[in-house]
Amino acid sequence: MTKLPYERPQILKMNAGLMNKYGTRTEYEPVKHIDGIPVKTLIAKYGSPVFVISERTMRSTYRSIQRSFATRYPKVQMAWSYKTNYINAVCNVYHQEGSWGEVVSGFEYRKALGNGVPGNKIIFNGPEKTTAELELAINNDSLIHIDHFDEMYQLIDISDRMNKKPRVAIRVNMDTGIYPIWDRFGFNYENGTAWSALTKIVESGKLNLVGLHCHIGTYMMVTTAYSIAASKLCDLAWNCKTQLNTTIQYLDMGGGLPTANDLRGAYLPAKDTIPSVDEFAEAIASTILNYGFKTEDLPLLILETGRAMIDDAGFLLGSVLANKRLSDGRRATIMDFGVNILFTSFWYEHKISPAQDFTQHTEECVLYGPLCMNIDVVRSAITLPLLNRGDQVVVHRVGAYNMTQWMQFIQMRPNVVMIDESGESHLIRATETMEYIEIPERMPEHLKTVKL
Amino acid sequence: MRLKKNIATSESGFIFHPGTGDSFSANPIGADILLQLKEGVAPSDIKKTILDKYDVTANMVEKDWDDFSAQLREANLLEL
Ligand SMILES: Cc1ncc(COP(=O)(O)O)c(C=O)c1O
Repeated sequence: MTKLPYERPQILKMNAGLMNKYGTRTEYEPVKHIDGIPVKTLIAKYGSPVFVISERTMRSTYRSIQRSFATRYPKVQMAWSYKTNYINAVCNVYHQEGSWGEVVSGFEYRKALGNGVPGNKIIFNGPEKTTAELELAINNDSLIHIDHFDEMYQLIDISDRMNKKPRVAIRVNMDTGIYPIWDRFGFNYENGTAWSALTKIVESGKLNLVGLHCHIGTYMMVTTAYSIAASKLCDLAWNCKTQLNTTIQYLDMGGGLPTANDLRGAYLPAKDTIPSVDEFAEAIASTILNYGFKTEDLPLLILETGRAMIDDAGFLLGSVLANKRLSDGRRATIMDFGVNILFTSFWYEHKISPAQDFTQHTEECVLYGPLCMNIDVVRSAITLPLLNRGDQVVVHRVGAYNMTQWMQFIQMRPNVVMIDESGESHLIRATETMEYIEIPERMPEHLKTVKL
Repeated sequence: MRLKKNIATSESGFIFHPGTGDSFSANPIGADILLQLKEGVAPSDIKKTILDKYDVTANMVEKDWDDFSAQLREANLLEL
């Protein structure tokens, strides 16, 4: 006789006025496959936890965002924000689609070069650029985005010494109606610092001012912030033309588009509250188009879209380690992935789907990671079916920032797999090993032996 | 482990505590256990039935039994 599938016994208190006697459900369907490959197969082959990236979703998202802008504005260029996910295979999918590289350190800069991005298609952002890195960027004719006056003077000195005129832009920060203002990066618009920087750059005669850059924030939820930002950059570009006799060739609007991930503590689901990429594109394109530039002077529009480009393409597969009940009666489930590899659980209430069949019975629980640390909470309250030890889950929309901001803390970082468009899986970053972690360590002679 | 005498249970898993006015819903296996407890079946026999009927290990049943008892106690459904 075959036995029935087991579910642990449970009672749930029914609250008056609750519409559904089983409580609110977050998930109605298990997610058993990623791009046609069973979750079970992926975990059997690559271990648990494992990050899985869908190349098909990456490419379709890229094309859709590109289309949103290109159907509204004549000159559009994407630049892949390396910090969002700089695994080389990931970067190259976007580079194959036509994206330039946007980097914020010498490390990322060298990664972009290594991936085959021509130097003149690399945008070099960020507050830290060493002299050697600036020299490299100048020799490669990269677009150097100046963050502060110290960097401007440093660059003027280097250019003078090298007798080259690097292509530069400044990063501008401004009031777009979103608070707090991100004013720590770049030069402020309202107090005139940005204009003063532009004037000094042109007057130096050493730098070739070609662009204006801003990145007004991340996970922006209103399109008007972009209209305001675009119009302030247009003002500066206009004044560069009329007062400094310099034509601004491009406006780089940075990143910041939101994804369908729910923010922690948000009252309504993101799907119902965030504007579409089309709406953001409309806000930016119509502002620039209506500003009054002559057609031949219309600047190239650059976008450094990060999270909105890749979040949806990333999945984290994991398994249940244990269930327990807390002192106040709440249920806790311990997963084999935690904040060490799912950094974004500090900001997001990630959608999590069981990867096997389940009944309609659910419970509210706390989802912990495997770290022996109090901060390791993946979801502080989530309604899930009754999961057992060994059950598998799929965490959705984890493509952005996790595979760069993850930390090797207590556990190794796991395998990362990409599923190509024909449904084939490829290991694109191998799980770390003990040997790898210890490569940089050195043992002083007197500590080599231990006797206990 | 004994259920309070006045607790109403149904096969569909509906539970009502007349003392507090609280109602609860149990999943099928939970409802099954409650019915048996009500009929006075010994816990060890109930656990054995579960092991025979379901695809589960003895350790798991033991662990989940303890947790289910805690839920019942928390809900004030057990004789002290
Ligand atoms: C300069 C710059 N560009 C682009 C991005 C990507 O932003 P997002 O992921 O919000 O699109 C960032 C992220 O912080 C950034 O600092």
